[in-house]
Amino acid sequence: MIRTLTPLAIAATVLLAWQALVTLAALPPFILPGPWRVAKALAENADLIAWHAGVTLTEVILGLILGSLLGAGTALQLAISPVARRLLRPVLVLTQALPVFALAPILTLWLGYGLESKILMAVLIIYFPVTSAFFDGLMHTPRGWLDLAQTMQARPRHVLWRIRVPAALPSLASGLRLAAVYAPIGAIIGEWVGASQGLGYLMLLANGRAKIDLMFAALAVLAVMTLLLHKAVGIACDRLVARLN
Amino acid sequence: MAGNVGSDSYESHMGVIRDSYDAPGLRLAGSVRFGGVPLLADVTLDLAPGGWTCLLGPSGSGKSTLLRLIAGLDTGADFDGTIIPSDDKDLSGRVAYMAQDDLLMPWLDLRGNVALGARLRGDPVDWPRLDALVDRLGLSDHAAKRPAKLSGGQRQRVALARTLMENKDFVLLDEPFSALDARTRADMQDLAARHLAGRTVLLVTHDPMEAARLGHKIYLMENNALSEIPPAPGATVPRPGDDAAMLSHGAALLERLRT
Repeated sequence: MIRTLTPLAIAATVLLAWQALVTLAALPPFILPGPWRVAKALAENADLIAWHAGVTLTEVILGLILGSLLGAGTALQLAISPVARRLLRPVLVLTQALPVFALAPILTLWLGYGLESKILMAVLIIYFPVTSAFFDGLMHTPRGWLDLAQTMQARPRHVLWRIRVPAALPSLASGLRLAAVYAPIGAIIGEWVGASQGLGYLMLLANGRAKIDLMFAALAVLAVMTLLLHKAVGIACDRLVARLN
Repeated sequence: MAGNVGSDSYESHMGVIRDSYDAPGLRLAGSVRFGGVPLLADVTLDLAPGGWTCLLGPSGSGKSTLLRLIAGLDTGADFDGTIIPSDDKDLSGRVAYMAQDDLLMPWLDLRGNVALGARLRGDPVDWPRLDALVDRLGLSDHAAKRPAKLSGGQRQRVALARTLMENKDFVLLDEPFSALDARTRADMQDLAARHLAGRTVLLVTHDPMEAARLGHKIYLMENNALSEIPPAPGATVPRPGDDAAMLSHGAALLERLRT
């Protein structure tokens, strides 16, 4: 009961504070529209917003799947090969020194205004957290299990798949939870830089036409979408880990 | 009859496995150093063929290091010497290992855990033998359970089943009973002694009573030295828990540890 009520109470408080700020500071609607105006804009433009949200969601989910597979694959490769560790790890860290945001215009230049550049942005932004979390888990298998496997004359391949990977799944899960929150950031940045559809595009469009209430409506939908995605990935990860433990 | 791995004969319809086992001895001889600091100089550890050798010593005396050397595990120490079975055959692949931590995989059920060795080697699992073994250790009712659903004593019994499933000449036990309560510990000692009969067992322990109860041979490790101490009277182990001679022997061992 309290678990469901607490988020509702927080949401209500935020909405009230929002409305209070608008009313008390007498902010004009083109600076900060009140929650009611935003709700109205949301209702009036429901179809439009839903269409653009669908585009963004597609980009995010494809980016999430590709980025997770790529990240998990890299982590496995790093875990089994010391050579890969020596060669790839500095490169991985280097990619983090480079702000992924700065790559968005280049990706748009190369891949065009379609979904590809946004998906790649999402992949790039979640690749490192997924790789690094899973790799960490793979390298921290409890010593005793590895000792036992060694006395059993285990093959490295079987040790990897039957001990190290299952033992590292909770770490992978925490990487995926982060990815669920980061992936929409990548997609939105991609849309800001150059797109003809998606919530990021809609926000820029609405901003340019001084439809601030529509902009906030799109923002609200984006926030809810990210929260739901985070929740869904969290539940999936919990199920996976619970099956193992 | 030395080193007759795989000589188990079992009648699965009765759920009985009979081990006729007569494992060879093993000698570790040499010096152990930790980063240049000598831990043991020129020691000899002789494991009783087909019997229990107890390596007794206080925590941190390095007794686990010797066991890990025999197991072929990383010790962080430099070993200069030899570890040779008395049948002069290669030691590799002839060792089973059981630690204080049961080392069960939480994502595998009981049978999966007992089958671990074969699964990790990529060998087919001998399920009839496994089920007979599980039955023999009184674990049949729990065969489909995950470790989280088992008590500490049951988990250690599963670890024993996994060790027995390996069916090796040399069984290395690194304080496997020390985290158990007194009654479960005594039960586990009985069970292990019964099922490991005929194998060459090295038991590392800090419990003098355990050494008195189980040892055909007892080594005391302290002050960077290894000394052999006569075992308690009686050739069959486990010696009864209320055996007066065994108890006074254990007490004497304790006094010896305290000086």
